[in-house]
Amino acid sequence: MRKNLNVIAAYSIMMVLIILVGIFQSWNIALSIFNMCLISAVMTMGANIQWGYAGLINFGIMGYTALGGLAAVLISVDPVQEAWSAGGFDILMCLWLIIALVLIISFILKNFQKSKVRTYAIAVLIISGILLIRFTAEPGIEAIEDINPAKTGFLGGFGLPIIFSWIVGAFFAGGLAFIVGKVALGLRADYLAIATLLISEIVIAIIKHEDWLTRGVKNVIGLKRPAPYEVDLQSTDWFINLVEKFNSGKLELISNLSDRQAALNQLVIEGSSVFVKLCYSGLFLTVVIILLILTQKALYSPWGRMMRAIRDNEEAANAMGKNVVKQHLLIFILGSAIVGIAGAMLVTQDGLFTPGSYRPMRYTFLIWVMVIVGGSGNNFGAILGGFAVWFLWIEAAPIALFLINFFTAGMSETHALKLHLIESVPYFRFLMMGLGLLLIMRYRPKGILPEKIEIK
Amino acid sequence: MDVLNALILLLNYIFIPALTYGSQLALGAIFVTLIYGILRFANFATGDMMSFGTMVTILFTWYFQSLGISLGVLPTALIAIPFGILFMIIYMLSIDKFVFKYYRVNKSPPVQLAMVSIGVMFVTQAVVRIIIGPSDQRFFDGEKFIIKAREFKEMTGLNEGLALKSTQVITVLVTIVLVSLLFWFLNKTKTGKSMKAYSDNEDLALLSGIDPKKIVMITWIIAGILATIGGALYGLDKSFKPFTYFNNMLPIFAAAIVGGIGNPFGAFLGGYVIAFSEIFLTYAYKKFFMYILPESMEPESLVQLLSTDYKFAVSFSILVIVLLYRPSGIFRGKVL
Repeated sequence: MRKNLNVIAAYSIMMVLIILVGIFQSWNIALSIFNMCLISAVMTMGANIQWGYAGLINFGIMGYTALGGLAAVLISVDPVQEAWSAGGFDILMCLWLIIALVLIISFILKNFQKSKVRTYAIAVLIISGILLIRFTAEPGIEAIEDINPAKTGFLGGFGLPIIFSWIVGAFFAGGLAFIVGKVALGLRADYLAIATLLISEIVIAIIKHEDWLTRGVKNVIGLKRPAPYEVDLQSTDWFINLVEKFNSGKLELISNLSDRQAALNQLVIEGSSVFVKLCYSGLFLTVVIILLILTQKALYSPWGRMMRAIRDNEEAANAMGKNVVKQHLLIFILGSAIVGIAGAMLVTQDGLFTPGSYRPMRYTFLIWVMVIVGGSGNNFGAILGGFAVWFLWIEAAPIALFLINFFTAGMSETHALKLHLIESVPYFRFLMMGLGLLLIMRYRPKGILPEKIEIK
Repeated sequence: MDVLNALILLLNYIFIPALTYGSQLALGAIFVTLIYGILRFANFATGDMMSFGTMVTILFTWYFQSLGISLGVLPTALIAIPFGILFMIIYMLSIDKFVFKYYRVNKSPPVQLAMVSIGVMFVTQAVVRIIIGPSDQRFFDGEKFIIKAREFKEMTGLNEGLALKSTQVITVLVTIVLVSLLFWFLNKTKTGKSMKAYSDNEDLALLSGIDPKKIVMITWIIAGILATIGGALYGLDKSFKPFTYFNNMLPIFAAAIVGGIGNPFGAFLGGYVIAFSEIFLTYAYKKFFMYILPESMEPESLVQLLSTDYKFAVSFSILVIVLLYRPSGIFRGKVL
């Protein structure tokens, strides 16, 4: 108990902060911050597995997030039958072509000695394959995108409940991580960082521009929800009764009957959105707890010890007979899969898929700040980092506004500098992120909750 | 005649834009490569440092414009650049003193320095956005074109026009001068040679009496010059927007790695490799083929290898391929 005191203290402070937001701003805002904190926590856990357990840098987080989001769309949207009949055949042909291409290339790689001829043959194969795929796909893609472009214009999905997409998203992201890992894991740390960042840019470019699959920048809106809709709740009896019971004290003060009804209606509308957010919180919290238990178990298992050994001294671990390359690939896939889950959760919460909003350059580094600030190698630290950094990211503007008003209190209201500063309040969040990261790196390089290794 | 038209078309839409863009990338890539070669970390604050230098240049340009100073046909920004460089160098040296020095002295692993540079990136972003705001700024003045498309058509009687912007010429000329000066400095002067030695083998360099403090300072000064000029030229040619500069970090990194990170000459060429391949692969060649092929063989489609949406993806794919087959870059990297 004693040694966990700092963990408990840190989490209590975080909870108090969120509750304070609930009291002073609104419960709606507090809950949406809390939900986003939970999603960030899942992402951070994914990144932490790779960086904290194995020392692998993965700057491709946004790519996996976007793939998770794509999974949410493909699983939950109803299939567009006309699109399938118009262009489905061409697309399926393409899929077969891609599989055939991969098989041929792997056959060549396996059965021929490395030589210049082999390299050129593979290059020629890939280029001609891409051209062939483009020619086969083009009529199909055009046909699909022509079908009701304002509403569909894409193939649609499988029409299953969106919750399944959390698992599928993990598989998508894991699959991509397998390819990326095979290609890039041999690189030195900083090359790996840049390569993964660039690969995630490529993935997002594809998702953004292949309209037949994702509707691209036209966005997919109105995804199914695992939680009830606010409008339905507002007309359900048990919910209205619940709100009435909850606020009975407040309502009884209003003597006028019609006023009381109006107040109740207002409360029901507010309550419904809080209730929906609570449903999401419950779902997300379940995911976080399950992941936390699994990752904690893994960390203290023989496998976790092996990963730390590989991280701390690759050559020694190799000499002890551990397959470093294989373990790196495995952990790269696992971590990315967790990030994929977070991506699917994000889209589930928003109810829409907007490929344009995945900006690797912006959010990748934010997630990394979370991992470093929270404490790499410590799952509790990673989750705390997700909470603290996201909280700061959202609440930075009000804090900065308060500070500016405080320090410029002596200036007149129309002073140019004051006005300029108040106008640029949103950008103080970057300053806080940067300073926070620099200070932590300098004075507490292991993060708020450092990694603890118990050797028995 | 048709062949000439086709050539002018390529010159106008591929060659000149790619040369300009390549020069801008090349300056940034040399900046990245110098930091990597001598200070030994991947500087993720590259794009934002460039935007900082450009921002100071813009502020001075505005100041000069308000004083009524101008260079006539040339953009006023050219006189503002030295001031931008000065502030940039001061900013970089103070960052080095307060942030990077600690890790360098402690011999932290390069990954940690890269992470620290992310912190610097965030801070610089905030500073730039708080001072000048996140929106688009244009600060070009003076004569815009050297050759206008219509004048060219009238002059030569060709169907295709050739437009040559003054910023394009300035960019290429300044890059040539700056890069030749830099290579002269690195290869011929004593300080340059000691920088190479330091990059090649730190311990040996220290043993032979090279002062590491001086090397680091000179590296930051050169980096400041490159970053400010590269950023200002990009801003003159296109426009200044902090987020664009931040994003430009990716092609710049790609150029530096393709050329062999740590190798300035490689980075210089890498900039052009990235720029040319981006534009070559995403240009629609329909009109070109209409000129050179007989009418019966004219293509119906756009004859575009990849849609322009994938412009960024092209350079990144090149990078991935290079990393796979020649991780040290096209020109062997890691030696200054």
